[in-house]
Amino acid sequence: MKTAGVLALQGDFEAHRKAVERAGGRAVEIRGRAGLERVDGLILPGGESTTMLRLLNLEQLFEPLREFGLRKPIFGTCAGAILLARAVSNPVQASLGLMDIDVERNAYGRQVDSRVTRLEDGQEAVFIRAPIIRRAGDGVRVLARYQGDPVWVEEGLHMAATFHPELSPVSDAHRLFLERL
Amino acid sequence: MPNFLDADFRVKVGLAEMLKGGVIMDVTNAEQAVIAEKAGACAVMALERVPSDIRKEGGVARMAPISKIREIQEQVSIPVMAKARIGHFMEARILEALKVDYIDESEVLTPADEEHHIDKRGFTVPFVCGARNLGEALRRIAEGAAMIRTKGEAGSGNIVEAVRHMRTIVREMKQITVLGREELVHTAKNLQAPLELVEFVHENGKLPVPNFSAGGIATPADAALAMQLGAEAVFVGSGIFKSSDPERFAKAIVKAATFYKDPAKLLEASEELGLGMPGLDISKLEEHELLQTRGW
Repeated sequence: MKTAGVLALQGDFEAHRKAVERAGGRAVEIRGRAGLERVDGLILPGGESTTMLRLLNLEQLFEPLREFGLRKPIFGTCAGAILLARAVSNPVQASLGLMDIDVERNAYGRQVDSRVTRLEDGQEAVFIRAPIIRRAGDGVRVLARYQGDPVWVEEGLHMAATFHPELSPVSDAHRLFLERL
Repeated sequence: MPNFLDADFRVKVGLAEMLKGGVIMDVTNAEQAVIAEKAGACAVMALERVPSDIRKEGGVARMAPISKIREIQEQVSIPVMAKARIGHFMEARILEALKVDYIDESEVLTPADEEHHIDKRGFTVPFVCGARNLGEALRRIAEGAAMIRTKGEAGSGNIVEAVRHMRTIVREMKQITVLGREELVHTAKNLQAPLELVEFVHENGKLPVPNFSAGGIATPADAALAMQLGAEAVFVGSGIFKSSDPERFAKAIVKAATFYKDPAKLLEASEELGLGMPGLDISKLEEHELLQTRGW
């Protein structure tokens, strides 16, 4: 069985581990370079992207992650999607640039604007202080939309969701990610 | 009783999930908030004075001035929490209108109601509440708290009370898991907590909401200790901005919360730190000086 790594610097990495297990996969927590060599794909969880960036820099993980992404699939949700983007706004910050998407942070507002809702295709989606994908490049395929904006996208090896499929009882996204490993 | 499957409650708990493995730092102005965010805080807690100053200066401690909270909201992109007095549901309504991301109904501020906590179920904004034991934690959850933290002894720089409270909550949960179903009504009576929540703990061995630690965390080692004992994230109050080098302490504690299982990383985090905040011997405090006995 293939193994999904979950970046466990900060955020809802435990929820992702459980979501992978619910989808029939195996997950391990990754906190350093050594762990990356043992997994077939990586999940960048939700959480605070500024905190994760600070720890990625501190642990010199930024380049190893980018390099990992050239070879193996990465799936990012919310903060993870922000890390995968080509460009980030509100405020401008560094990102891995592994997907051709531009993302605006906290684009729906603050926590009182967070919600559990249904996407246009009927699947449940949990949005927590979520970002919005403001631009998706030509090579990006939109897998789901909400209020007209792309909220789940794929490009090449990678996938990004601006919501949290790991917080829903059933996650199509995790099942699909495991199939790609 | 909140319905844990209800969308509104899941959204409240959802933000607490995002804070896991992180450090929530007390700040009193935008400048401190920016230092906290740059150091890697996953959220900041806006308040008028840090707990050690409240302890020193006395007087009535209230919700932070709105202009300060706004200034902090404008300067950082991470969640901004703020404290309301125990039972002061109108401070909470004002903070909700201000769109703070979480409200801490906190014993650090002077209680507004000595009998009733805020009925947190009627709010859109999520609440965190302090607890010293399982009964207290479950009562707060019954009122709608979406996150629990140990009370510890705020502003003391002494981890002993946070350790006591985390150990107590974890031990009481473990004990409930081995009871027979028929023993749960009696347990609920003893804990003074709703049966449904005692049943949840019996079946799951944990609280239905995230369980964080607060009240006395002053060093990277303290943060790691709290995490080892079962905290899923930590609040640091006076420990950062009352230390000799706030920026360095903030970064070190963030690192410790992530690598709490890795002594080599904890050593790195603890290296080259100046002096931590001055600490207090809890046993030397008079009963009326304790903050943890506020609320029930």
